[in-house]
Amino acid sequence: MHAELTDKDIISRVLKGEQQLFAALVERYRNYVFTLVLRFTEIREDAEELSQDIFVKAYRALADFRGDSKFSTWLYTIVRTSCITFLRKKKLDTTSIDNEKTFIQLENRESGFKANRVEAKSRQAMVNEAIALLSPDDAQIITLFYKAEQSLEEIGNIIGMEPNTVKVKLHRARLRLREKMEKYFSHEVQEIQGD
Amino acid sequence: MKYKKYRVIKKIPADVDNWSELYNNKQLIRNFMNEQQNIEDRLWNYIDGVTGAEEKSAIEKLIETNLEWQRTYRELLEAHQLINSTELESPSMRFTKNVMEEIAKYQVAPATSSYINKKIIWGVAGFFIVMILGFLIYSFGQINWTNNNSANIVSPNIEKLNLGKFLNNSYTNIFIMINVVLGLMLLDMYLHRKKEKLRTSD
Repeated sequence: MHAELTDKDIISRVLKGEQQLFAALVERYRNYVFTLVLRFTEIREDAEELSQDIFVKAYRALADFRGDSKFSTWLYTIVRTSCITFLRKKKLDTTSIDNEKTFIQLENRESGFKANRVEAKSRQAMVNEAIALLSPDDAQIITLFYKAEQSLEEIGNIIGMEPNTVKVKLHRARLRLREKMEKYFSHEVQEIQGD
Repeated sequence: MKYKKYRVIKKIPADVDNWSELYNNKQLIRNFMNEQQNIEDRLWNYIDGVTGAEEKSAIEKLIETNLEWQRTYRELLEAHQLINSTELESPSMRFTKNVMEEIAKYQVAPATSSYINKKIIWGVAGFFIVMILGFLIYSFGQINWTNNNSANIVSPNIEKLNLGKFLNNSYTNIFIMINVVLGLMLLDMYLHRKKEKLRTSD
């Protein structure tokens, strides 16, 4: 409906009082934000709730968007800070869990993936599962670069690092992703290579 | 790391006589890994399109002529295409509606720059700078620069620094008073601004 309007046009109209136009921005970025958040939370319900909070925060702070960067870069900065706060809270909540329980959970997760090897997987599902096995930081850098169309400089602005550091981190994240795919989905990877 | 080692072993030539010696040759393995890492880094830059024109043509030549480069390039390109093929996750259908219902309760907050007065920040910073400078000037003033001992030429006579003079009761009281006055000034400015805002919004 508002596809022809740029992000900056929408923002200036929202700031002038057309609150309902903010829905166009939500529609435009909901999948990006939700995917990035899911890399951190791993649980869809948590990701949905946190993504909603992020859009509300973005709306309330909209006057602070100066237009120096892309709106998406500014929005992903909010995503990152909100996710880090979420993880900190979650860490505080789960400190009482003893190591044995955590170990069992991890074991179950690993065996689940091994069992999944026999199932035929689509490429996308396989890569998504492999990304989910990475650390949130690695998963987010890969998602920002490949899916959210952010350059190394923009990712640097989002995570507060120099572009060169981002480049190194991206290389390492991809290496770890390939390791995960080799470890858990070697069968599927071979099939893909044989295609 | 495990994966890397596996690849190293996989690539050892078949005519090697002493396997254990080769396996124990950490330097050889390290060199190979560094070389492999370098190839991968350069190829990733090439695939991401962040190489200069000169480097780009050099890499293209290497891919054409060198089997190792060719094999690594194919591997990395496959990984790149696989990651690219993933789709974004979607939240529930009601997501946008939920967000819009939530933001209906709020208004866009005024820009941070409009309510943080830079003069106040500079004022506070200036106060601390003056304090530090004053302390440094006093400290340097107390150093005995005429000491003839060459070994002691750069070491200040710290015993002579009479800091106790400044940390007595009256100086502490003055410091606290200045801070209280500054705090009251800030509070007054804040209340005054709030009053102004209420008057303009009526």
